[in-house]
Amino acid sequence: MGKVKTPYLLLLPGFAFLFTFFILPIANLAQTSTQTPIAGGDTGQYEQTFRLKNYIDAFVENKEQFGRSFLYALIATALALMIAYPLAYAIAFKAGKMKNVLLVLVVAPFFTSFLLRTIAWKQILGEKGFIVPTLRSLGILSEGSTLTSTAFAVVMGMTYNFLPFMTLPLYASIDRIDPRTLEASGDLYANGFTTFRKVTLPLSMPGVVAGTLLTFIPAAGDYVNAAILGSPSTKMIGNVIESRYFKVVDYPTAAALSFTLMAAILILVTIYIRKAGTEELV
Amino acid sequence: MADISTARGDLKLTRITKTYGDFNAVDDLSLVIPAGSFFALLGPSGCGKTTTLRMVAGLEEPTVGSIHLGTTDITTTKPYQRPINTVFQNYALFPHLTIFENIAFGLRRRGVKDVKEAVDKVLNLVELPHLAERKPTQLSGGQQQRIALARAIVNRPALLLLDEPLGALDLKLRRQMQIELKWIQKEVGLTFVHVTHDQEEAMTMADTIAVMNEGQIEQMGSPADLYDNPETAFVANFLGQSNLIKGTITGSDGDSHVVDLFGQKISLPKNRSHAVDNSIYAGIRPEKFRISRLQTPVNGNVLTGGRIEDVSYIGVSTQYQVAMPWGQELMVFEQNDDGVAPFDKGDEVNISWEPIFTFALRGDEDATAGSEVVPEDLDEE
Ligand SMILES: Nc1ncnc2c1ncn2[C@@H]1O[C@H](COP(=O)(O)OP(=O)(O)O)[C@@H](O)[C@H]1O
Ligand SMILES: [Mg+2]
Repeated sequence: MGKVKTPYLLLLPGFAFLFTFFILPIANLAQTSTQTPIAGGDTGQYEQTFRLKNYIDAFVENKEQFGRSFLYALIATALALMIAYPLAYAIAFKAGKMKNVLLVLVVAPFFTSFLLRTIAWKQILGEKGFIVPTLRSLGILSEGSTLTSTAFAVVMGMTYNFLPFMTLPLYASIDRIDPRTLEASGDLYANGFTTFRKVTLPLSMPGVVAGTLLTFIPAAGDYVNAAILGSPSTKMIGNVIESRYFKVVDYPTAAALSFTLMAAILILVTIYIRKAGTEELV
Repeated sequence: MADISTARGDLKLTRITKTYGDFNAVDDLSLVIPAGSFFALLGPSGCGKTTTLRMVAGLEEPTVGSIHLGTTDITTTKPYQRPINTVFQNYALFPHLTIFENIAFGLRRRGVKDVKEAVDKVLNLVELPHLAERKPTQLSGGQQQRIALARAIVNRPALLLLDEPLGALDLKLRRQMQIELKWIQKEVGLTFVHVTHDQEEAMTMADTIAVMNEGQIEQMGSPADLYDNPETAFVANFLGQSNLIKGTITGSDGDSHVVDLFGQKISLPKNRSHAVDNSIYAGIRPEKFRISRLQTPVNGNVLTGGRIEDVSYIGVSTQYQVAMPWGQELMVFEQNDDGVAPFDKGDEVNISWEPIFTFALRGDEDATAGSEVVPEDLDEE
């Protein structure tokens, strides 16, 4: 009897944690999302009226920011994948003794705060950085225009900030590939590109799926990059939620937007995993 | 340039050296492998067999030397352009593809039509048609081995390279696969280059064996050739066991050398002597010796003054260690024709054999070369 119970007892702290810090807040958020302002009450006073139309209003009002969030997240994910794949491949197969050093370098950005790193990008892309003057002297950037406060800066910031989340799962996946299967592919008449397409890429698919999810999901809900590197015209849904909560004190709309974002991500991710067809992940 | 993918003919390695750092894994090696043969590259672990094979496959480039297939120079040709396929030491099947797709891989890359027909045919040849839709991890080691073979031979390469393909199998399965491989080679008529450190495996399967040691070819020939007429102590000891007795050539008698072995005269055929001067090692295989009691008359070469030191009965034969007056212990294998071991420890005996079974090696060789490596113990991986 006691034996059977032990594993469940061990799970108890975990369940308690999840319940307190995940289930309860979600339930709270859900019930906030259908509230309406109390007639004649102060700002921030709401009562439960089960008004589901909150969702429709919130969505219609912020369609643009939703679209932008997913577009930016998608571009950032694609860019991160393009940068991280060769990087992870090189660390796994070509780094030799440098492997561990390079892996530490990949996670090194985590040693400072997300916020600081994003602010640093503001400097890099700012008027005093070296990029803007260089681009100007090359005639790529005209005198009046800047790099900060643009969609470009936001997407760059996100790409940079989420790069380790892309690189690490990719590395783990590529590192597990037996290099002899790649030799076997060459031996069986596949040139370098075909070997990549038919052997390396399929074998690293679990890493690609994990990496893109770990990048796309937080990127879609991100507001720090848009807040620091963007402008009002690059607002993402995260920024709207933030301002509804803390500035406008419109809790129901913020809660409804949060749920809509979660649902949208969940649906997209489900479709994606289905398409990618990695049994290992689901 | 001629189309490499259709190159056919003998494989010729000319003065190949492969250097890693300051170490020559393969050292000035020259070799011709005739088209259509079952060729074995035999040598202890670490002697450079895999490196040699990888250079033939194109996975490694020789530091010095050239490789020709027929008349085509393939020294620097990319692996995917060579009409050569490899059965890898660890199989290296594609884990994400079904068995069918594993085998079809090479055919699809070359745009061959009738992939299904070819794959089905080769699956039947290796007797595993029912596994077509499985993934490699769902197969036993022996089955994976056959699929690796099927994946290579389905392409009908000019040359099939097998790198210790049976190394991971247990003894019984290994013996069975040796016979099957040999049969398949006859069936498909391809040139097989089989790398192994197992001398018994090489002898069972190959038409021609090249014995390799420290990056070089020690000797090449048919299994019987190598066994009966080894040219070096390494070959004499690595292929089976040999008794090597120090001696001096003292004269000539027709086709034979007259040799003095610690004061006793024997003769050996001149065409089995690989000595360069009068100082030699006379070599006799343990099963060629006969043991007799002192009073029994014997023919051929005789060495007197032996004393049985050790007797081990091992079923089909009995192995004796016989101490000779000059301090050496000779090994003798006697067939158990009459069911009992007739000699006991301490018996005084003579040893005799047919002169024709004697070979001679250079007297300045290391008589223990090749004997300290026990090939079966050196299994890699
Ligand atoms: N890539 C390499 N780098 C350095 N040394 C190597 C490399 N490949 C093989 N060697 C060395 O070359 C020698 C021959 O290796 P190998 O051809 O694999 O031997 P075998 O297949 O006969 O066991 C070994 O001593 C091995 O350590
Ligand atoms: Mg090897």
